[in-house]
Amino acid sequence: MSSRPPVNDWATDFDHTDPRWMNDPFPIWDGLRTRCPIAHTERFQGAYFPSRYQDVRDISYDTEHFSSRRVIVRDEKLDPPIPSPPITSDPPEHRPARMPLLPPFNPKAVERLKPGTQALCARLIDAFIASGRCDAATDYAQHIPTRVIAHMLGVPEADGELFRHWIKLALEEGIHDMSKALQAVGEMTVYFRDQIAKRASQHGDDLISYMLALRHDGKPIPEDKLLGTLRLILIAGIDTTWSAIGASLWHLATHDEDRRRLVADPSLMDTAVEEFLRAYAPVTMAREVVKEVEINGCPMKPGHMVLLSFPAANRDPEMFPDADKVILDRQENRHAAFGLGIHRCIGSNLARMELRTALEEWLKRIPEFRLEDPAGVRWSEGTVRGPRQMPMLFAPEVRT
Amino acid sequence: MSERNMMKVRVEAERCQGHNRCCSIAPELFEIDDYGYARASGDGSVPPALEEKARLAMKNCPEHAVRLTRQD
Repeated sequence: MSSRPPVNDWATDFDHTDPRWMNDPFPIWDGLRTRCPIAHTERFQGAYFPSRYQDVRDISYDTEHFSSRRVIVRDEKLDPPIPSPPITSDPPEHRPARMPLLPPFNPKAVERLKPGTQALCARLIDAFIASGRCDAATDYAQHIPTRVIAHMLGVPEADGELFRHWIKLALEEGIHDMSKALQAVGEMTVYFRDQIAKRASQHGDDLISYMLALRHDGKPIPEDKLLGTLRLILIAGIDTTWSAIGASLWHLATHDEDRRRLVADPSLMDTAVEEFLRAYAPVTMAREVVKEVEINGCPMKPGHMVLLSFPAANRDPEMFPDADKVILDRQENRHAAFGLGIHRCIGSNLARMELRTALEEWLKRIPEFRLEDPAGVRWSEGTVRGPRQMPMLFAPEVRT
Repeated sequence: MSERNMMKVRVEAERCQGHNRCCSIAPELFEIDDYGYARASGDGSVPPALEEKARLAMKNCPEHAVRLTRQD
């Protein structure tokens, strides 16, 4: 935001919403890793930023000193925080909230969604391929997770615009203006109450019906928890995957050698998808320090937040040789794009399937493409990083 | 190769978080339950031809849950 004081020193005054950080965070993180591996800021009512893989990992595993009750670093803390179980749950509540959500997202369940996702990608490409250009972020990437998650939840695909409006309020504007985050929660609550009411008379084969049918000790999930989880599934599954698809296409548009290599040898897709997830991991989470603790020599004070940057961990050269290079056939890749420990992204199988399918279908039809104007790419604000505008041109010979 | 120095693979259940990396790299050696958690197929024996895949499965597990041993 333009009204915010400029950052003079990333180690003592970082601001992850600063345009320099949003557009190109990697040199900033590299600098911090060598100079001050755990940065701090008085902004956001106090927050830490660990830039090394090992520190991110230690914090992810330490649920005693670090709570998930707040997972977004905002200018102000909302008290009490808004629960979206299980992402905002700590042990022992975490496990019972998480377990029932796992089967609908297991590899087999996700594989069944692949043919529909392929057809969806093909339809999206049909709409723009003849023109030789598109906005790969708004005409392609954004629609894929939006429609897949709408299908899973059993809500109208046409409501996608509404979902993106809530995400922008909750995860971008809501960082600096709490009223926007609360507005999103309120609107989503009304939306899902209506969806729940619709299922009172007719249960469907969808995720909302599945959750309504769940019983714990013979009782259904209380409404506030159910609504929190539905908000989470909607928000967590859309701009994250949209970002991963967009950033991967951005890489291929700007790296001719990688693009041609992947087109020529589709068997590289397994490792390439993991490498894109490592190098362009979209999601940064957060924790709240709840007990005094020292991480890598840095004392951490209760009440301060920790920006838990899986993207920064994934660029740590101590963990990944040539961390700043995208190596399509990287063989050893313990990246943390989907988090580490008990909060591993529930949708990771789904996100991988969508990313892979989106790239396969695109490269099949559009093997040659480039950015229309590198300066025309707009990256998101907030804690999910990816291109939100990305005008792309295709070579004339592939316009069919 | 004799039974004695056969490679064995196992998944430490308390570490596995269901990333599914092992099973996508080496579906011959791992299986996934309804919740997405992995375990070694059968008794975990790794045929010599699959040893490299087993190593890759171990080295790609974000939680360090995949363990390799050799019986000797």
